[in-house]
Amino acid sequence: MTNVQEPVDRFDAERDRIMSTMQTTIEHDRIEGQYDTSQRSKVLFISAMGALTIIAFICSLAIGSVDIPILDALSVLGHHLFPSWISLPDTAWYDTIIMMERFPRTLLCLMTGVSLAAAGTVMQGLLRNPLVSPFTLGVSTAASFGAAISIVFGSSILGGAFYSTFSFLGFDMTVKNIFLVLMSFAFGMFSILLVLRIAKRDSSRATLVLSGVVISYLFQAGISFSKYISNDESLREITNWLMGGMWNATWSAIVIMTPIVIPCIIYLEKMALDINSLSAGDEIARNVGIDVGKLRNKGLIASTLIASTCVAFTGVIGFIGLMAPHMCRMIIGNDTRYILPASALLGSSILMFSDIVARVIIRPDQIPVGIILYFIGGIFFIWMVTRSKWSGKL
Amino acid sequence: MIMEVDGLSQGYGNNLVIDDISFTAKSGELLTVLGPNGCGKSTLIKTLCNVLSPKKGTIYVDKRDLSNIDPKEMARLIGYVPQTMTHFGHSTVYDLVLIGRRPYVDWSYSTNDLRVAADAMITMNVNAYISRNIRELSGGQRQRAFIARALAQEPNFYIFDEPTSSFDLRNQLDTMRIMRNIIHEKEACLIVALHDLNLAMRYSDRVMVLNDREIYDIGEPEDVITSKMIKDVYGVTADIMEDMHGLFVRTYDINTDLVEDRA
Repeated sequence: MTNVQEPVDRFDAERDRIMSTMQTTIEHDRIEGQYDTSQRSKVLFISAMGALTIIAFICSLAIGSVDIPILDALSVLGHHLFPSWISLPDTAWYDTIIMMERFPRTLLCLMTGVSLAAAGTVMQGLLRNPLVSPFTLGVSTAASFGAAISIVFGSSILGGAFYSTFSFLGFDMTVKNIFLVLMSFAFGMFSILLVLRIAKRDSSRATLVLSGVVISYLFQAGISFSKYISNDESLREITNWLMGGMWNATWSAIVIMTPIVIPCIIYLEKMALDINSLSAGDEIARNVGIDVGKLRNKGLIASTLIASTCVAFTGVIGFIGLMAPHMCRMIIGNDTRYILPASALLGSSILMFSDIVARVIIRPDQIPVGIILYFIGGIFFIWMVTRSKWSGKL
Repeated sequence: MIMEVDGLSQGYGNNLVIDDISFTAKSGELLTVLGPNGCGKSTLIKTLCNVLSPKKGTIYVDKRDLSNIDPKEMARLIGYVPQTMTHFGHSTVYDLVLIGRRPYVDWSYSTNDLRVAADAMITMNVNAYISRNIRELSGGQRQRAFIARALAQEPNFYIFDEPTSSFDLRNQLDTMRIMRNIIHEKEACLIVALHDLNLAMRYSDRVMVLNDREIYDIGEPEDVITSKMIKDVYGVTADIMEDMHGLFVRTYDINTDLVEDRA
């Protein structure tokens, strides 16, 4: 190599060396500074989402067929947390409405939103496909088929035990609810295994989403069948519940969901860095020491579990798992460590606000919140796939 | 460190792509793997970095069987740049390069991790667009970012599958020079699959030619890259020429060049 110019003398060489070291140091500082700034803005975004969730939570307690002043609503909650410090508001029936009706309902919304959004985030990362979610992969419909057959056939399978109740930690639990969750999860798992089999052969974006649609149709047929053969009472229950509503918001539901949802979310958050590694392809993930098959199975099982648990109580609530992660990805990028909490909070806020709308839109009656989300979500999905960035790749 | 490949066979189904090959690669050397399309270069590369597990035979790193090494430890031994570069969603160059630090962290990156990642990005000259979406990069920029990811992993063995395939002339030379400097400085080893005989001739310490499931030849570039090898392996007529800067390969197209008249 003779094309390298020799420096004129030793001092020039030394000066060049110092200059380049200095430039490298400055560049280092700039890059690390940029990392810090982006971390800070991600944390800020999550805090903003947290604040939004709190606002949605309080509004959801206060607004409904009867409006309760926000301070009174808060003091009811405060009283049950610290009975000796905060007294109940003067209007006595506020306590009944909030504790029996709105508080469990809001908690159900919160947990459903968190679960569906987190499940969507994780599924998207694991399958490297921005269009998948519990709903678009057919998990929701499959889980609701499980729940539908347990509503119709539950009493004939379990006999009288189906409607029996028992007391757990002071809450009345029904066998029916537990059976519902188990059946939902079983069928949700079945559909995700089907999707995984298809993904093994061809994991392109369109194939996965299309197979999700087809799986939905299959289970839709099953749901229609169970509706057709069910008696009037079950039929009404299934129809209402399929549209996705929060009527099943009882303390018994909350007590079943909490120990499933919270550990699963923590478990998924712990996987975040591994899911990040998957973004550059299975081979690179394997190269940085990740057992890709195991990670995908564990992540999909956990996210299917939380998604189908919610479906068992709320019916099919579409698109939250698609919208919330997508919005967050657009704003704070692809780091699953931050996307997961951010979209969980955003998802629960969206669901709580939608539920408020569902409660007041034809006051004093209410409509299933699923209808509102089908509407918003459908438009969002069309927008997402027709954006020029995606259209070439689908 | 020494990587020893002993009696390695690899294939898909009953079809063997590589049949019973043995060779070694050691720290401080740049070993190029040459061979025609479909000769099993990529399969070999994937087996060396444990993306595929060997059908038969063993790979040893310092006398330890690679398949018994803990995945996290292996990740610190071997850094891989695949031929096809996948990316997802809104990932940035920074996100990609930080994946290389995964074997070293549990949940959050230390100052040292960030410093190593920054070094890698500066070395591969992608520091100007660290927060750009990978999808928006040109082919060459993207390939440099993927190499930076492997550098951030600080392995003892770098294993690259045709890293220069989407590079222009300048980037090909730069990348090979940078990698050569790195392995000499850090006492690492680079095993790289290439198609360009001249790049191999110029930068390799040793060259291995794969053909028909076996090693055709392995050794110093000037001993391995010969007219006979090119004729046997690629079926192309070529001369090895020499000028003031060293050896280079001159190929002929038998349909248009008057091969018999060549010097």
